[in-house]
Amino acid sequence: MTAVKKPKLAVWKFASCDGCQLSLLDCEDQLLAIAKEVTIANFPEASRAVIKGPYDISLVEGSITTPHDAERIHKIRRMSKCLVTIGACATAGGIQALRNFADVNDFVSIVYANPAYIETLNKSTPISDHVPVDYELRGCPINKYQLLEFITATLNGRKPNIGTHSVCMECKMKGNVCVMVSSGTPCLGPVTQMGCGALCPSYNRGCFGCFGPMESPNTKSLAAWFERLQVPSDDIVRMFRGFNAYAEPFRKESEAHEK
Amino acid sequence: MKSRTIKVDYLARVEGEGRLYVRIKDNAVAEVRFSVFEPPRFFEALLRGRKFTEAPDITSRICGICPVAYQMSSSQAMESVCGVTVSGPLRDLRRLIYCGEWIESHVLHIYMLHAPDFLGYEDAIRMAKDHPDVVNQGLKLKKIGNDLMVLLGGREIHPVNPRVGGFYKVPTKEDLLRFVKPLQWALEASLETVRFASSLPFPEFERDYEFVSLRHPDEYPITEGRVVSNKGIDISTDQFLDTFEEIHVPHSTSLQAKVKERDDYLAGPMARYCNNFDRLPEVAQKAAKEAGLSVVCTNPFKSIIVRSVETVFACHEALRIIKAYKVPDKPYVEVPPKAGVGHGCTEAPRGLLYHRYEIDDAGIIKDARIIPPTSQNQKAMEKDLRQFVQKNLDLTDEKLTWQCEQVIRNYDPCMSCSCHFLKLDIQRD
Repeated sequence: MTAVKKPKLAVWKFASCDGCQLSLLDCEDQLLAIAKEVTIANFPEASRAVIKGPYDISLVEGSITTPHDAERIHKIRRMSKCLVTIGACATAGGIQALRNFADVNDFVSIVYANPAYIETLNKSTPISDHVPVDYELRGCPINKYQLLEFITATLNGRKPNIGTHSVCMECKMKGNVCVMVSSGTPCLGPVTQMGCGALCPSYNRGCFGCFGPMESPNTKSLAAWFERLQVPSDDIVRMFRGFNAYAEPFRKESEAHEK
Repeated sequence: MKSRTIKVDYLARVEGEGRLYVRIKDNAVAEVRFSVFEPPRFFEALLRGRKFTEAPDITSRICGICPVAYQMSSSQAMESVCGVTVSGPLRDLRRLIYCGEWIESHVLHIYMLHAPDFLGYEDAIRMAKDHPDVVNQGLKLKKIGNDLMVLLGGREIHPVNPRVGGFYKVPTKEDLLRFVKPLQWALEASLETVRFASSLPFPEFERDYEFVSLRHPDEYPITEGRVVSNKGIDISTDQFLDTFEEIHVPHSTSLQAKVKERDDYLAGPMARYCNNFDRLPEVAQKAAKEAGLSVVCTNPFKSIIVRSVETVFACHEALRIIKAYKVPDKPYVEVPPKAGVGHGCTEAPRGLLYHRYEIDDAGIIKDARIIPPTSQNQKAMEKDLRQFVQKNLDLTDEKLTWQCEQVIRNYDPCMSCSCHFLKLDIQRD
């Protein structure tokens, strides 16, 4: 029998909280099985060992916020056959992209006593603004089952079976009572991509958009519904300006409500 | 004379991006640096202008490993501004989800991040080839912590259910009772973990630490208490900034916390354990004694045993809360906004996490200050490194480098946490 070379997996971190890559270690029931199918070649959060590239799959967490990182992502792209962005930071710039709506120098001086030492870019941007991305997994954090599905599908040479419909649909499939209709709670579910299992409405709260905008979302119509619920425009701005604030449909809608 | 350099450019098996650097000259340690090169994310700045009710969701994104700690410290800070106290079953549920986080985070560290060092493996996956039962036990135990967080929070990373005032939705008694059996197994497995951890080979190393942690009149501290130390600190949380300060050190690009008028201090499991041994349940005290720990542990390498003892406590405490649980009338207490300043201090798995907020009458955040455990421990880590290297100059570079990494991993540091207010080290190769 000829030995089949196992694909090499690498995990990379940019500006982020580590939560999305932790999802891989949170696959307690599957982790050792995954390690049998792929070589975990570069995953500093889990291992001291570093196996040289090129890598078959690179999972990229975090957004680009420094000049150094803007260069580093190109090196990683060159070493990666398939580059996958994982989570809201990597796919949309993350919560740290709130700086994109302000003057970053103000942000620096609020946090640091000596702003001159800080080297940072004006904007926090998604990986796809810098290099071509082969696939993206949404979420803040990602859904670990979507990650497993992606890895399994890739190893078997098929397309991952990951939906792009709205959280609203997930709620209906789950049989949840609509929080907006029943209790007037503003909810981003109608414009947010599925993936969390309609978590917030299942816990009696409105969706706050962790998985980012779905394909062709009608944010304008949803915002009009919020206005009918007497949600103040400041709150509408804050709702669209969350963990996926810099994703275009959410960004534009938030700007439309800014005074 | 010869000079020698120990350098690790990207420290593995920790959360986030850090590096260490030790320069030895004429057989003496000349320079020690532990630096964080995480890009800053400016949380204190981006919180300004947000609603006070958003702080738990936003600050949880500082750290994917201990989001509950951020949710609890920020919620309690907001409640203290508005003069509201969360008590009874809601307070118990907060403790319960926090127990889940302690179990998950401690077990991740014990089995996946730290044990491989002691047994000479690069990682837990390689370790699993020779010790499958150990690693499988760790994974199963970790999962129970995560499952608790999923039940109470909706998901294990960035839970959606906790809020200022309590929860959006509370579990039924039956929901919780389903956890009795798994937690009974977890309690046994955590006792086994203490035995496993105490069997590891530990380098000889002791230091006279100032241990800083919370202390509560009748509980092992998780969600509240006074801030105390074994060297005389005993303050309420609103005096935190009067007692501790952050300083700039020229050789490092990071801010480091210290006790004003004194020096470095240690927060985390060893500090909690030393200051609160008498508050541990008998089963945890007994396990600690059998593992050879006295009521104070000053060898940082043995923090892995202390973490295991705290895992025993967390399993025991979770069982206690579940058995006593009565469903509250409402999932949360109303918290109407009120202008003012409030403080929140809870025990994240890796140590004290302090939040301070100022909000206006409409509940809009005017100012935020967050001091995570890893920033507080940074000075102690460097001191450990300096003394450890000085005592072990005879080791080969390879061995010394690996053990230096361990000196840092002893703290289970989280750079993602600390970075939002640390300076960016631009000296990256």
